[in-house]
Formats: sequence, structure tokens, C-alpha cells
Amino acid sequence: MTSFAIEISDLQKSFGEQIVLDGINLNIQTGSVFALLGPNGAGKTTLINILSTLVKPDKGIARIAGNNVETDVEAVKQSISLTGQSAAVDEVLTADENLRMMGRLSGLSVAASRKRATELLNYFDLTNAAHKRVKTFSGGMRRRLDLALSLVVSRSILFLDEPTTGLDTRSRQALWDIILKLAASGVTIFLTTQYLEEADQLADDIAVIADGRVVAQGTAEELKAQISGEMIELRDENDRIIQSFPTDGTVQDLRRILDEHVENVTNCTHVSIRRPSMDDVFLELTKKKQEVSSK
Amino acid sequence: MNLSTVNKTASARVTSSVFIGRGLRHSLRNAEALIMAIALPIMLMLMFTYIFGGAIDPSGNYVNYVVPGIILLCAGFGSSSTAADVADDMTNGIIERFQSMPIKSIHVITGHVVASLARNLLATGIVFGVAFLVGFRSDANFLEWLGAIGIISLFILAFTWLFAAIGLFASSPAAAGSYGFVLLFLPYISSAFVPTETMPTWIQGVAENQPMTPVIEAIRGLLNGQLDSNYVWWALGWCLVILAVSYLWCKWMFQRKTGRR
Repeated sequence: MTSFAIEISDLQKSFGEQIVLDGINLNIQTGSVFALLGPNGAGKTTLINILSTLVKPDKGIARIAGNNVETDVEAVKQSISLTGQSAAVDEVLTADENLRMMGRLSGLSVAASRKRATELLNYFDLTNAAHKRVKTFSGGMRRRLDLALSLVVSRSILFLDEPTTGLDTRSRQALWDIILKLAASGVTIFLTTQYLEEADQLADDIAVIADGRVVAQGTAEELKAQISGEMIELRDENDRIIQSFPTDGTVQDLRRILDEHVENVTNCTHVSIRRPSMDDVFLELTKKKQEVSSK
Repeated sequence: MNLSTVNKTASARVTSSVFIGRGLRHSLRNAEALIMAIALPIMLMLMFTYIFGGAIDPSGNYVNYVVPGIILLCAGFGSSSTAADVADDMTNGIIERFQSMPIKSIHVITGHVVASLARNLLATGIVFGVAFLVGFRSDANFLEWLGAIGIISLFILAFTWLFAAIGLFASSPAAAGSYGFVLLFLPYISSAFVPTETMPTWIQGVAENQPMTPVIEAIRGLLNGQLDSNYVWWALGWCLVILAVSYLWCKWMFQRKTGRR
């Protein structure tokens, strides 16, 4: 038994002339939360679609729980659950009917489906809306139901394609709490996101992808360490940044920067030191990639 | 909450019955489509009986002539809403969820087809009810009624599969819905409202050789006791060919749309 839930080696995919995945290599630990971070069009959804057997790769191998996604389709489907980018819920049915339908389709008996639906409605805080048609739901409720539908029977690997896109802060936080609770229960979670904060908050391991390639991989801390250290920011009395300089964070370097620059910068009254945010990492990494590809 | 891994698969029987239940719920909750499918033929029947009827057949027997045509118009138009139902499922993301599950997801389509059959037989019953109220009379025996309803059912099934395939083919639910107009139009170029002999010769060629005419004549013959069995064979032939071609087209389109690219 391998310790990797998902193994991806040299995965390639093109749609016509357009190269979407250009040799992806990733190994994802069983029981971890993995975030695939990238801008629109980076190939995130295509990768998820290949891993969930909806799309065939042109080249390379992907294994889910040891099963090849191309040749062991049924075995792969038995171990995964997919929550796609658009909330895949039946708008005409009620939340309860959606859950019971999914229970029956997953091989549960009528009674077991009903019981499971009640549990999930409660867990996802949808009990009050259980018998309302999904058409009337807010974005956050829809997303919660969508995730609940993916959990009707527990699969060992959960794919979440941009789970919080389009949600307000409160709904996003609620969904994050649920994802962390699921992760704590031992499910392997593979999520894609455009939000650095989300990857930072949820994931044990992050891969940044741009133009179909993994441009960086590691923990949030490791990624932040990849780009040059801290910044010193000179601010005016209203706390607006006037100018900023990279620093190694030593007393000597701070003194040097202040000596050299404060005289020349008018209105400088305040100083702050900032560690790079995930945004800095992200912009840095995707910028590098674009420079390489434009050469 | 229990999160232990369960590996179970729904049988084909359970899968199809779940999707049929879903299709029926969709039909019942789409009130506009349901009302339209029933109200439109009733309005047409009242219009043809009370407004045009006197001019077409001054003896007042026109209602007995026109009922089979109205029934088919109703059934055809009612079937056409399957296209929008199918297109909806194919475009709103839910099909990906079904596809990623260990089930045969083509049963989604079967569910809509069975629901359409149920919905349109109900509408047919209501239209017959109204027909009797406005003076329609038939001396058909039980077997003749059974035959007429059998042909109507086969017609509904054939056109529902055709529109399911159109729903898979269309780019959006709105586009899919717009193909239904053909079924509103086709009965006019048939023996539905006036005998084909009264039409110009060049149209007669079309009217007599399109599927509506034999189906309508077969039903009319079964209900008024002047059955020409040739029409029944032609009606069955047409319906079975449309059914077979549409079903295969549907399977092929579904494979293409959901197949692994």
C-alpha cells in the first residue's frame, strides 16, 4: 500500500492547438489537504477532470489510491467524490430531495438515504431550508449543499474545484471550517483555488501552477521563503507607503537603509517591516513563468 | 458524523427508477410547461370547433374530424419540452457529478423520457375529456381505444426521444426549447385539420408522405370505425423508425457530450 493518495507523473493534455497541461508531476499524501493554486486558465479544472476520470490525458499517468485513471475507471470512481466548479445541485428539487437522490444513486437503501440526508442537513446547517427548493438558495447555501452531496457516501478522496469562488466572507469561513473538519477526519482533500489566503489557511501542501506547469511546490512557509526575505516600508503620517526596500532583517541593514533613504524621502514619519504575503509569492512565481515563456 | 469509507454501487434498476422519479418531479414542478402543454391544445380545439369548424364542415361534425389532429399536436408539442429539460441537465454542471459517480448516467435521459410519456398521456386524457364536453363522440370498442392509445403512446415516445437528442445537440436550453415549434407547425401540413385532397397537388405530396398523416388517420380510423389498416402499418412504421433513429442518435450524442475527451 502506497502512502500517496494521488500520484501524477508527466501528465499532458492539449485541446486542439492549446496546451493546457504541460507535464505535471505531483504526489499527494494520503490524509493531507493539497491546494492547487493558479490563475484562471492555468489548467486547474482540466487536472481535476482528468483525476476524476471525466477527461482523458494525452500522455502521462495518474493514479488514484493506486488505480490508474485511464484503465481502472470504475475503481477510481469508487474512491473519489467530485465537487465541481459550478454548484452541481438540482435546482428544481429541495435540499432534502437532492441528498436522498444522491444516497439512492450511491447504493444506499431508502431508509439509509433518508437518515443520511437528515445528518448532512444538520451538519451543513441546512435543516431549516431542507424542504425548500434549491432555486431559492443563496450562493453559500448552494455551495454547502453541493459539498454535502459529495459526502453522501464517504469516499477516501475529495476533489473540490474552487469551492469558495463567488462566496462572501462569512460563507467562505463557514466552508473552510467544514473542509478543515473533514480533513481532520482523515479524508484526502485536493482543492483548487485562485485565492492565496485559502491555500494558506487550508492546505498542508501547495503547488502553484501557471500555464500548465507546476512552478513551485511546498508548504505555505516554504513558498514564502522562496522569494527574497522581508521588506522595509517607509510610510507617511497617514500610514501610506512612500517607498519600500528589500532587507535581510538585520539591525545593520535596517540602520543602513534608514541612513541612506530617510533623508531623501520627504514626509517619512513611520517605518514598518513586512514578511512576504502569499500574494507576493504568487505574483513573483507567475511573473517568472511569464518572463520565461515570452523569451 | 460517520465518515468511514463505504463502497456501494446502485443497480441499474435503482438508478433508472431514481431518475424517473426525478423526471416526474421536474415535470410536476414546471407548472408553466405543464399548463402550456394542456391549455394550448384545448384552446386550439375550441378555436377549430367553434370558430373555423362551421366554415370547414357546416354539418357540425367537424369536432369528430379534428380531435385526433389536436391530440397529436398536443402530444408532439408536449414531447418537445424534453429538449429543454435535457439541455438544462447537460449545461448546468449536474451531469459532471453523475458522470463522476459509478452509475450509468444515460439513465438521466431515460428519466426525462418516461416523465414525458406520463405527462403527455395525462395531457392527452385531459384533451379527450374536453373533446367529449364540446361534442366529440366515438363508437370505438375497447380494443380500438386501446389501439388508438397505443399509437399515441408510441408517437409520444418516438418524438420524446427525438427531442431528447435535440436537447443534447442544442447549445443551450433556450435553443433546445425553440425546436418545439416544428411540432406546432407539422400537423397543419397533414390531414389533421383538413383532408389532404383539398390542398394544392404539390403540398398533397408532402402532406401524404409525412409521418403525421398516417398516425392521425390511424387514430381517426380506430375512433370512428372506418379504419384503413394500411394507415396503421404506416403509422407504426414511421413511429418505430423515428424511435430507433432518435434513440441511437441520443446514445451517440450522449457519448460524445459526456465521453472522455
